[in-house]
Amino acid sequence: MERPVKIACHNLWKIFGPKPTEFLARHDRAPSAADLTAGGYIAAVHDVSFEVFTGEILIIMGLSGSGKSTLVRCLSRLIEPTEGQILFEGQDLLQASETDLIELRRHKMGMVFQHFGLLPHRTVLDNVAFPLEVQGISRPRREERAREMVRLVGLDGREEYYPRELSGGQQQRVGIARSLAVEPEVWFLDEPFSALDPLIRREMQDEFLRLQRLLKKTIVFITHDFAEATRLADRIGIMKDGALIQLCSPEEMITRPADAYVAEFTKDAPRAKLISARTAMTPAGGLVSAEGGVPASAKVEEIAAYVLGRAEPVPVLGDAGEPIGVLGRDAVVEIVFGGPRSLESEKGRGERPTL
Amino acid sequence: MTAVPIVARRVRIPRQSAGRNALLLALAIVGSGVLLRDLLPWTFRLPDAWVVPVADWITALFNWLGYSADLGLFTFRDLTRGIAWLLAWPLSWADGILYSGFPAIGLPQLPWIVLVLLITILGHAIAGWRLALLAGGCVSYLTLFGVWRGSMQTLSIIVITVPLAAATGLALGILATRNRRAEAVLTGMFDLMQSIPHFAYLVPVVVLFGFGDVPAMIATGIFAMPPMARCTILGLRTVPSEVIESGRMSGCTPRQLLWKVQLPAARSTLMVGVNQVIMQTLAMAVIASLIGASGLGFDLLYSLQSLKLGQALEQGVAIVVMAIVLDRLSQAYARKQPVRHRHGEAIWHRHAHAALAVAVLVVGYLLSAWAPALRILPSGWAITTAPFWDAIVEWISLNLYGYLGLIRDGLLVNVLIPVRNLFLGTPWTIFVGLVALLGYRLGGWRLSLLVAALIGFIVITGFWTPAMITVYLVSIAVVICTGIGVPLGIWAARKPKVASVVLTICDTMQTFPSFIYLIPVVMLFKVGDVAAITAIIAYAMVPAIRYSYLGLRRVPTTIVESAVASGCTRRQILWKVELPLALPEIMLGVNQTIMMGLFMVTITALIGTRDLGQEINKALTDADTGRGLVAGLCIAFIGITADRLIGAWSLRRKRQLGLA
Ligand SMILES: Nc1ncnc2c1ncn2[C@@H]1O[C@H](COP(=O)(O)OP(=O)(O)OP(=O)(O)O)[C@@H](O)[C@H]1O
Ligand SMILES: [Mg+2]
Repeated sequence: MERPVKIACHNLWKIFGPKPTEFLARHDRAPSAADLTAGGYIAAVHDVSFEVFTGEILIIMGLSGSGKSTLVRCLSRLIEPTEGQILFEGQDLLQASETDLIELRRHKMGMVFQHFGLLPHRTVLDNVAFPLEVQGISRPRREERAREMVRLVGLDGREEYYPRELSGGQQQRVGIARSLAVEPEVWFLDEPFSALDPLIRREMQDEFLRLQRLLKKTIVFITHDFAEATRLADRIGIMKDGALIQLCSPEEMITRPADAYVAEFTKDAPRAKLISARTAMTPAGGLVSAEGGVPASAKVEEIAAYVLGRAEPVPVLGDAGEPIGVLGRDAVVEIVFGGPRSLESEKGRGERPTL
Repeated sequence: MTAVPIVARRVRIPRQSAGRNALLLALAIVGSGVLLRDLLPWTFRLPDAWVVPVADWITALFNWLGYSADLGLFTFRDLTRGIAWLLAWPLSWADGILYSGFPAIGLPQLPWIVLVLLITILGHAIAGWRLALLAGGCVSYLTLFGVWRGSMQTLSIIVITVPLAAATGLALGILATRNRRAEAVLTGMFDLMQSIPHFAYLVPVVVLFGFGDVPAMIATGIFAMPPMARCTILGLRTVPSEVIESGRMSGCTPRQLLWKVQLPAARSTLMVGVNQVIMQTLAMAVIASLIGASGLGFDLLYSLQSLKLGQALEQGVAIVVMAIVLDRLSQAYARKQPVRHRHGEAIWHRHAHAALAVAVLVVGYLLSAWAPALRILPSGWAITTAPFWDAIVEWISLNLYGYLGLIRDGLLVNVLIPVRNLFLGTPWTIFVGLVALLGYRLGGWRLSLLVAALIGFIVITGFWTPAMITVYLVSIAVVICTGIGVPLGIWAARKPKVASVVLTICDTMQTFPSFIYLIPVVMLFKVGDVAAITAIIAYAMVPAIRYSYLGLRRVPTTIVESAVASGCTRRQILWKVELPLALPEIMLGVNQTIMMGLFMVTITALIGTRDLGQEINKALTDADTGRGLVAGLCIAFIGITADRLIGAWSLRRKRQLGLA
């Protein structure tokens, strides 16, 4: 079942440098790394194509300087892409006029920034009401809505505070409330929790998941942190030097990293939490009985204790309850305690990454 | 063992030889200059016939503009008259409110008691009781010492000029951040405008607008505007990009983005700009008394000219007092953060200060109708210390003047005149050659050509002699400022207690308009070069102190600690570690001192020096725009030359030290 596409981008380029368009044309839209350095250009977004489905959380990851922020700012046209196509609900975003863009940002897009981007001269309430204010909504109506948003992010009682009087986590809640005030359909978050310390970060992630269960937005979320990504993501995209090198589910990324760079990212991932019985099992025909089996969709972490407690390998059951394979203690031990190498070599999937 | 010295020598040899070449070249320049001086007299002084009459051209242009230019529908003169007429309106309102009242409708002026209380309330609203008392006390001085009317005349010019200058600066600053070419043109223009001394602005304004309060306002506004534009550019550039992006993502139109996001987020930098505009306006409004601006400056000038020194001192203190109030209030306002109000607070609670101010206004007016002494302090009640000061001055001239005169004449004969003769006796070729050589060594051909052209301009426009007198006065003052200021700065950097005292004095002195410094020196030395140099020293000392202090404080502690660890004595640390590292910063202070010295030297023309300032002064009486402007440009060019050379040296040195 194909899900509806919210944003699609095709062959998107963003090149920083003196004359980017000319440069790209001169090199047939395929400049090499050497061409770029020779000309003093940086390809912050390098021929990227992908789709964002309605209602999903798409996470973009990559090292510092890999072009994540630039990509997301291209999607909202805060930055003008050098070339390519972006379709927002099927409409060409790059053809949109300045007025169209303002309309889109007023009603369909919201964004949360790494350093919050709050207006220092406005109170919490006025910050949250700001997007409504610029639309010309009357004061009582926008303040009512803003109060609602402030309550939603758990800041009630602080409406009259100024940003400098709030902690980092509280400031980011204001940023979130502001971006939600206009009920956007697409929500961009650029490393929203990176500036926060680990405890608060975790709290904010829970908060974020709670909000998303409530609001069901289409989300593009940037992070540095693979653990964060795996907690939140439906799909993860990894960027390197401006290019999107792999875009898939967290589980697939762990079990089938496209290359050594991706494998390095996934190294410290909580594997048992992400790998399902379906992926971990050894396939088997109808020989196995369904007796005492575990569902194929169960994550290894959930069934590890059960499997380890059994002498025999445990049957794994498909969607209809039919046995499709078996899961032994060895495989579980590998996943819970072993590194990626053991899994790769045993299953013989993909190249063994050289780290 | 052998590799290190070889490498070291490799680096050194070309440098040493370059240094030696430069030295030889310098000697050659001086030698040939001296030799040619008698053979070819034009290398010493350009004959009058060769002077390019830039000044005459400018004068002709301005006379044409002022008297005969026709713009089709109306003449240029109509235009300037129109502008003056427009500006006269708000000024007459401010005059009416502050000191002349509105006789037509029977409304008297603001009673002094009301203004004292309003300023006190304002001080409290901005920064609490301390500022309230300071501000209220200062304004009380103005009424108690009987300088109320003059102060209000000056204040009236300020309250009208500051908003106009600030708005213009804001608009130009916004323009500059929108358009690259505009920015290049504007910053170049501001560089030049800020190196032309106050004085030089007066002449063209007199020719185009005549004498009086309104022309003074125009000159003041033009002079005070550039810092606002610069702060606007800086403020808008330093708004964090995420704040701007968040504004755009909120759906702001470009106009909403500017007014609701960028300008408010840049507020504190903008307010620093406003503070500078206010201070420059006050300084200039005082000097503009030369073109007929009424107010404290005018009264002060009159007292000085009629040698009523006691009275002049009180008026000078009044100017200082106004400077302090305006500076402290605007600075505190720039630093003020918005305060949180409790939800559902009553409206008079939320606006307590405004409510109180309204109450004071109403009650004050009513009370003063019943007791006129609250409106205008009867002159019999005013305190005056003038006789006391006059007595002191008299005592000085009776008892000390012998000694002071001896000191003065001794300095004149033994130091000043020889130095002056040295400067005046040196052929211009030597100056231009040496400056060009220095420019080449420090910044390559471009810098060399620039500074040679700037100094060359002075030669070919025929202002060489007054320019050399300017340079001689400023040089001596700068040497003394450095000799006193740098050790003071070093001392302050070592002792926090000293620092707090010295820096407070510096802060206060920096708010004084330059004109003020003439009063004490006239009391001590009467007129002439010694008095002028003393005034320049007093005015221009502050940056030498402040930059030395900062330079020493900025030496990385790790470096000092490692010197301590390697067993240096305190003296060795100072001379071998701290001073070399702080020198680039200290030189920037000297640079500032030179710029301030050049500004002050023009004003000392009022006490009889014969420098470029005197040229402007004469141009003012003859309404000779060209002469005034070109003399002003010559001062600017001397300043820019010094600034570029020292800046290049300092940058290079910082790079070598890995500090930049
Ligand atoms: N305005 C700009 N001009 C020139 N180069 C830029 C500009 N903005 C970004 N870049 C370059 O583009 C590349 C990608 O930057 P980007 O900010 O998108 O990285 P990022 O993945 O978001 O990094 P981080 O994790 O540090 O936020 C970097 O090499 C950066 O130096
Ligand atoms: Mg980023």
